[in-house]
Order: sequence, then structure tokens, then C-alpha cells
Amino acid sequence: MRRLHLIAGLLLVTVIGGAVLMSYLWLPFAPDDTSGGRLTPPGGDHWLGTDKLGRDLFSQLLVGGRIALGTALGAVTVGGLLGVLFGLLAGFASRWLDDAVAVALDILIAFPTLLLAMLIVAGFGASLGAAVLAIGLAMAAIVARLTRILVKQVLSKDFVTAARISGISWPRIVLTHVLPNIWPVVLVNLALQAGLAVLAEASLSYLGLGTPPPNASWGRMLFEAQATVLTAPVAAIAPGVALVALVIGINLTADGLRDLADPTRRRSR
Amino acid sequence: MVRYLIRRTALLLASLALAGVALFVLLRLLPGDPVNALLSVGATDAQIAAARRELGTDAPLATQFLAWLGDVATFDLGSSLISRLPVGPEIAARLPVTVPLTLAGFVLAVLIAVPVGFLAAYRADRWDGPLLNGVAQLGLAVPAFWVGLLLVSVFALNLRVLPAGGFPPAGWSDPAASVEALTLPVITIALVMSASLIRYVRAATLDVLGSDFLRTARALGSSLPAAMWRHGLRNAAAPVIAVLAIELATTFLGAVVIESVFALPGLGSMLIRAISQRDYPVIQGVMLVSTFAVLAVGFLGDLAQRVADPRLLRGHR
Repeated sequence: MRRLHLIAGLLLVTVIGGAVLMSYLWLPFAPDDTSGGRLTPPGGDHWLGTDKLGRDLFSQLLVGGRIALGTALGAVTVGGLLGVLFGLLAGFASRWLDDAVAVALDILIAFPTLLLAMLIVAGFGASLGAAVLAIGLAMAAIVARLTRILVKQVLSKDFVTAARISGISWPRIVLTHVLPNIWPVVLVNLALQAGLAVLAEASLSYLGLGTPPPNASWGRMLFEAQATVLTAPVAAIAPGVALVALVIGINLTADGLRDLADPTRRRSR
Repeated sequence: MVRYLIRRTALLLASLALAGVALFVLLRLLPGDPVNALLSVGATDAQIAAARRELGTDAPLATQFLAWLGDVATFDLGSSLISRLPVGPEIAARLPVTVPLTLAGFVLAVLIAVPVGFLAAYRADRWDGPLLNGVAQLGLAVPAFWVGLLLVSVFALNLRVLPAGGFPPAGWSDPAASVEALTLPVITIALVMSASLIRYVRAATLDVLGSDFLRTARALGSSLPAAMWRHGLRNAAAPVIAVLAIELATTFLGAVVIESVFALPGLGSMLIRAISQRDYPVIQGVMLVSTFAVLAVGFLGDLAQRVADPRLLRGHR
């Protein structure tokens, strides 16, 4: 049953990812090509119709997918690298430094992602980089807290003491004992966060604080379709469906990975 | 309890202070000079210097920070760079939109999530329990602004039973119009928030239904509703309260986005306009108030959790 989650999730992510990769090689129309006429209904050359400026909706959807997947990958990279690094440092640090880091992380996590992102956008201006950086930083705090706890668990094990006694250096212990023991849990957590990152970027873009047009993300496309929702309903539905499909795909994949990483997990949840 | 109260209050104050410092430093270190908001392109050096003096950004950072701290302590949040109106009263004027929106959305979400989450757990072995759970899982992947957009197109634009957006200029002096204006936004927030709440209610119910104490109570002749009421509720309360506190804070932040969908004149739309105009005093003021609200809800949630389950106090360092 759980294996089904993983397969369905990977299938969704692969289909969307494949379509996005294909968009680099071939697009039905260029994103800023307005030759299709305004608000053309779906059918013919324009599979999903055109928007109010005459741009092909399906092409825009593919280009928007680059941003959604790019956000997920970028935020996971920033959050994963920084989070694991700080989590490791805190896990190894002396008692008082570790306490200080723990309190600081709790405060950082209490500070809402969306507000942090808006703050960063306020300074750097609306751009994809600022949005990804903000989402990644918020993710890093959560990953660091998790990593810190996991590292402490591993360090209390006898095999670490044994390695230490036999004279193995700390960096080698991290590589051979700590990281191999914590990466499955961290990876699953990152996968769960990736879905949230896609939603956060869409919200920021919807508010006009993400990527500016014409290479608009799905969130911005939905904002622009809002005014013409009665005359061109497809424009207000397609980006939303794409967004939901991607997030569900990521969530199902994370769910399936979690069961692979921890087969003893209770099945009732 | 007293020791915990002192510790937790200290943490609240420390978080607030840290958030204040972070807000202040970030807004000044990030690129983008607030002076640009005041002047047109091609301003002379003398004009720039005069504008800096007027804003107080020519003083050293530490002096600026102390001045700002003093102002905040006396509830003076400065004035907007664009409209020149004081920020504090403007925030106060927008709370009557944001606060009812948040609270009503939250209460409705709880009213949806508790019975649905309970049923999803109680009927986990039949077809309808997993179905409810699956729908809730799907709901987690749906962005709030899209739900709002779809509700507007169906109920406001197609059926024309409710307004598509806006808030009566007279405010709450026209209660019927105000309630009408908030109906769709509240439903949007409630639907989205209930999706994540249902998962927690379901998990808590499953824990209680599988517990030894419930089986014992049932074996002693107590009916299931009575056993749930006497023992289940109390045991499930602490984790549920913790989640509720987080969700209330999330609802408040979700309102920021929803206000934009429905063009409501609340804190969220104020913040987003200020960001696009780089109106620093307004950004700072709204962020400070929002952060305070979020931290205060977390504080109250932690206290309520300890009142509901005093066992949590014992494990504390």
C-alpha cells in the first residue's frame, strides 16, 4: 500500500519534471509570443488557449514549472546544506553553545517563513533568487534542529566511543559514522519541506513578491487569471491543477521514502 | 508552574527582543535606501543629505536603534514615508478586519476538523474513514489563494450571492455588509486550515482509541462517549492545544495572503503595499506587531498546555 504512494508520487514528479526538461528543448510558443490573439479559447494550436495578452497558456505553464521545480531544488539545497552544517556544529558544540543554538533555532522557527521571505524581498526587490533564499533559510532552521537531535543520538552510541578511543579523528567519525546514520531521516524531512517550498513560492508570486512576468510562476499566472476568470476559466484552473499535482507528487514521494527509511513505523498513521 | 512561567516569560521577552533587533538590522543592512522612496531620480547630494537627516538614517546604527527602541516602548511606530500618516493608528484601524477574519476562520476550521478528524479515526477500518483522511491529505497540497479564487468565481461571479471582495468603507457600523464581505474569506481560511488540523485530530483520536486507559474504562462499564469525555479528552488535550496554537498563528499569517485575494483593507494588504513601495517604517511596524502576535499565541499555547496536562511541568529542567 505504502509502496503505491512512492510509485504514484514518483510518477507525478517525473511527468512534471520531464515536461519541464522538455520545455528547454521545445516550446509550442515562446513565452512572450503574443501572436495567438487575446483570450483565445482552448483548442487548435493553443491547447489551453491564450491569456489576456495573447500569450500561449500551455507554454507559460511549462515555463512556470521551471520556477516551481527550481524553487524546490534551490530551497532544498540551501536548507539542506546550511541546516546540516549548523546542526552538526551544534551537535558537537560545548554544552552552553549548544543550548544557545537550540534557543536561537526555536526563535527562528517561531518566526514565520512568509514574513521572513517578505522581509528579504523588501530588501532585495522581488526576484526568484530572493524568494528561494528566504524559503531555504527558513527550511535550514528546521533541518538544523532535526540534525542536532540526530547527531546527539549518534554521538551517544558505543561505536562512536570505540572509534574515538581507537584514535579516529572527528572529521572521519562524521563521515563514516554520523552522516551515514542520519541522512535517511534528513532526506525525508527535506522532501516534505520541498512541497511546502513550492507552495510558499506560489504564494509569494501571487502577491507580486516572486518572479516578475513574462517568465511568470504558477502563482503569478493565477493572479493574472483572476480578473478574467469568467471569460477564460482554464487560465485560472490549469496553473492551480499543476501546482496541486506537483505538491501531491512530492508529498507522496516523501511519504513513501519515510516508510522505506523506517519500516518499523506504525502503519495506522 | 511559577518557575515555568518565569522561564517561559523570559523566553518570550528574549524572542521579542531578538525579533526586534533582527527586523531593525535586516531592514537596514539589506540593499535599498529608504531615501529613494522620498526623492525622485536625479536628486542632488544636498537633497539626499537633507532627506537622510529627516529620516534619521544619517546617525550611527546604534543611535538609530536606541531611538527606535524608545519610540516602540512608547507605542510610537513612526510615520509612513509615502502618506506621512503615523503607522500605529493605521495598524489599529486595520485590526477590525484582520482579527475577526483570523478568529472566525480559525473557529470554523476547528468546528470542521474535530468531527471530521474523529470520524476519520473512528471509522479507520471502513471505507469512509480512509476517504476522509485522503481528502484532508489532498487539501494540504492546495494553496489558499487558489481556493479563494475558485470560491470567488463560483459564489460571487457566477451565482452572485456574495461580494467578490472589498470591505464596507463604514466598517463595522454596517454589520450585515461587513459579515457578508468576510464570509467567503473566512470559508477559504477555514477550508485550508482544517486540512492540516484534521490530520492532528485523527492522530490524537487514534492514540486515545488504542490506549489502555480507554479499554479499562470501557471494561469497567463506561460507555464510549462517557469514557472519551472523562479520559480521552483530557489525554488528547495537551498535544491538540500545542497544535491549535501553531495553527492559530498560521491562520493569522494565512490571512495576509487571503486579504489580497479579496481586496480586504487589513494588515496583510498594508504590509504588501508597504513592501512594494519600500515604505520602511510601515514594514517595520506591521512586522513587529505580527511577530508579537505570533509569539504571544505560542506563549499562551504553551501555558494552556501545562494547565491541561501538569505532567509536562515535571520533566522540565
